[in-house]
Amino acid sequence: MDNLLSISSTALYIAFIVYLIATVFFGASIRDKRTSTKKGISGSIAIGLTIIGFIAQLTYFITRWIVGGHAPVSNMFEFVTFLGMSLVLAFIIIYFIYRLTALGLFALPISMIIIAYASVFPSDISPLVPSLQSHWLFIHVITVSLSQGVLAVSFVAGLIYLIKTVDQSVISLKSIGLELILIALIFLVGFAASSIGFQLNDYHAEIQYHEPNYEKFKDEPKANIKPEEIEVYKMPAIVGPKDGVMLTENKMEPLISIPGWMKGKDAPRKLNTVVWSVFSGLIIYGVILLLIRKRLGAWIQPFLKNVNKNVVDEITYRSVAIGFPLFTLGGLIFAAIWAQIAWDRFWGWDPKEVWALITWFFYAAFLHLRLSRGWHGEKSSWLAVVGFAIIMFNIIVVNLVLAGLHSYA
Amino acid sequence: MDKLKCECGHVNPEGTVLCESCGKPVEENQHIDGNDQSKLLNMRYDGTARRSQTYNRSIVDKTWNFFSSVKVGVWLIVIALLASGLGTIYPQEMYIPAEAENRDPAIFYEDWYGLTGKIYYQLGLHNLYSSWWYMILIALIGISLVICSIDRFVPLYRALKNQRPKRHSIFLSRQRLFSETKTVTDKEMNHFITNLKKQRYKIVNENGNILAEKNRFSRWGPYVNHIGLIIVLLAALLRMTPFLFLDDYVWVREGEQKVIPGTHGDYYIENKRFLLELYDENDERFQAAMEKKGEIVHKNYQTDAIIYKVKNEGVVGSEPELEKVIESSIQMNKPLKFDGYTLYQSGYQQNEFSNMTFKVYRTDDENQNSLGEVTIDLTSPEKTYELDNGIRLQVSQYYPDYVLENGEPRSVSKFPRNPAFVFNLFPPDSSEAEISFVGIGKNIDAMGENEYKLGIVDFNMHYVSGLTVRRDYTLPFFIVGAAIFMIGVIQGMYWQHRRIWVNPNGEGIMLAAHTNKNWFGLKKDIEKAIANTNIHMVIDQEEIEKEIEKDKDKA
Repeated sequence: MDNLLSISSTALYIAFIVYLIATVFFGASIRDKRTSTKKGISGSIAIGLTIIGFIAQLTYFITRWIVGGHAPVSNMFEFVTFLGMSLVLAFIIIYFIYRLTALGLFALPISMIIIAYASVFPSDISPLVPSLQSHWLFIHVITVSLSQGVLAVSFVAGLIYLIKTVDQSVISLKSIGLELILIALIFLVGFAASSIGFQLNDYHAEIQYHEPNYEKFKDEPKANIKPEEIEVYKMPAIVGPKDGVMLTENKMEPLISIPGWMKGKDAPRKLNTVVWSVFSGLIIYGVILLLIRKRLGAWIQPFLKNVNKNVVDEITYRSVAIGFPLFTLGGLIFAAIWAQIAWDRFWGWDPKEVWALITWFFYAAFLHLRLSRGWHGEKSSWLAVVGFAIIMFNIIVVNLVLAGLHSYA
Repeated sequence: MDKLKCECGHVNPEGTVLCESCGKPVEENQHIDGNDQSKLLNMRYDGTARRSQTYNRSIVDKTWNFFSSVKVGVWLIVIALLASGLGTIYPQEMYIPAEAENRDPAIFYEDWYGLTGKIYYQLGLHNLYSSWWYMILIALIGISLVICSIDRFVPLYRALKNQRPKRHSIFLSRQRLFSETKTVTDKEMNHFITNLKKQRYKIVNENGNILAEKNRFSRWGPYVNHIGLIIVLLAALLRMTPFLFLDDYVWVREGEQKVIPGTHGDYYIENKRFLLELYDENDERFQAAMEKKGEIVHKNYQTDAIIYKVKNEGVVGSEPELEKVIESSIQMNKPLKFDGYTLYQSGYQQNEFSNMTFKVYRTDDENQNSLGEVTIDLTSPEKTYELDNGIRLQVSQYYPDYVLENGEPRSVSKFPRNPAFVFNLFPPDSSEAEISFVGIGKNIDAMGENEYKLGIVDFNMHYVSGLTVRRDYTLPFFIVGAAIFMIGVIQGMYWQHRRIWVNPNGEGIMLAAHTNKNWFGLKKDIEKAIANTNIHMVIDQEEIEKEIEKDKDKA
């Protein structure tokens, strides 16, 4: 059993490395002088490696399923990893239809960012609580994840379209907006890098603070409230709780304390994580800027010279055309059926459900605007980017900040 | 209504842009689809007379036109999207966490989230999804769906039904894909038509005028999926009626038999046993995860239950005669269904005492040696208990859920969650009672001169299982609506309606083609069909126009 589990984690590790190498080859294929229709040798190697990486990740998935006895999509680590895998699968399929190597150059790094983000969460196999013990777990989650993988491809295509077409010679709303999207991706890298970094160092600091609501509630009959609470930090505290006292020795004291109006549960720790992600993201971005000496978007643009933008636009649409029905099926219909069986109601306005509805509304608007009002090309691409932002919001913010019935992290 | 008679003889309804039969542009209506501004004809909805584009006088017209606009529809979707997001900033009222110090929304939001929480509550966002304005928003989307669909479906259906293979030359030459061939032999024509048939085109031949068409059904996809959505919205409306939708909740303690609420007293449930199973701490698969979490994870919630049906509708007040319907277990993810009702395992409590054992000892006995014990069933205590050694215990007061309120003892509920007793204790051979108050952690001797004392020796607790009772006749409507929606989306998205017109023109032919999407595919179809003939390949006139514009820009 331990053996199989270690095979599983090694396979995931291998997949990550192979994706990285494949990305390099995709990069090389794009620098080929030939046009995008004639494939160079590096393009073939790249897609071959992608498939090998995918098989490795599939090995991780299957072996983990065998060890745990349930589909490995039951906590944040497993779900987000699977999303990364879905994106690769969707990319491979779309690649064989359109043969666009530039897609791989962006799809694989984004998939890697997603997998790196997953590894921030505890990767132990967790037992299934009663509400998750159903075949609908894998039917629902796998369909949703596949659809989100396909929709992520539309984001990748949209991003390529924008980098290729947005005029970088002027500083405009568009060129700044595009740069911000790229920076946001780097923040995700920053988040993964800083969390994994401190995790490897086993950083642990406890800060005691005064529970602000104690005075008000100490006499309530039901209250289970203590005057002092302890916040556990896994990263050095830049932002600390109000009037916190550091309990662990030799750890950095918080530089600032949280503003008074932020009162949510664990708010100081969450804000601290955000600050770290932005901080490390900005450092990475700064280093990149120093190396390339222009905006990131402007730097990438020339590499996409040979890419046919009509094909890219077509991919954006096709992925939504496949992803939208799939999402309806997995994210709303299967979700509703399972919710009816497990929670006795098929719809309950839980934040996750609401954000699934918002995602659905958004892509419905995308399709109406495209098919009925002729929003093609650039407009369509901006929408694809926003759509992916909504999906990521539903995975990151809803699970970690809004947290409802779906917070299985 | 003014009818428009075309030169081909077909009578079109008012507002028609392109004749339904031959496609000839109707002179005075070309501004409607913008055909007067461009070389190519706008083929959306086939140039039919849409109510929304024809009338704009009365208030009815204006309302119709408002809702039939896709722009308005998309705006409504965007507003609904933003509004829905607003409701997730803080938990909705029903999701106020159980650990909240005070779950009264008026207090909770401000305490947990400060000023923004207070504003959230005051704006009513804590109940957003059942607010009148959110409902109106969803209703407006529903109206938009209906009107948009009718406005387009009816004329499009008419046009596709009335279309004839013979088309006006202006119609053909102003299609996006068009070609003219000066001379075409019959053999070539036959070859062309056979090839089209091979590609599953339906051929209509009228005096040598040919219409090849395929996948017309995909044009109905959008309307089919809208019908599906309308059914879902109607089902949601139906669900508000108590007749079609029943939602109730029942707490049944172990061993208890109870009428199931919402069934008009027709059904009873007996809770034989409630089971709470935990994962094995030593299960090596999950050990690491459980250690990190620091708690044992629940594995199963289960109520073993028997459902009874009342057999005799007999006399009021008499004990009903019960007939067993089903004996089964109810688990999470495995609800129990019987006669249209469904029972869901949705909660449990372990805060009730089933029985308590007391002992009697002498007040001056330091070792508290028992003089006799008595076990009291807390759901139905008896009036008096005789102890072995002749002591008689009389239950003077019983508080199942004891509290002291303003110095007065009281029971908050009838459930034995915090049982307390006032006993009259009669020593052997005495008719003079000593009064004793006994509860959990309380043992009060009112007068301070009692010779005997009571103490709790043992107790048992039992589980109370919480079950949701549901009967929902609206579910099939939702299922049908969702299925129709999916069929409609697939039907409209993965097939394309393709038409190819071939009209003789002197010795040769005029060839034109139209599709609603994937022009590339249509061009390929034609290329295949005209292979090995002299028929000219169609020219994409839109792409040519674009190139010309580009050249102009460059110049």
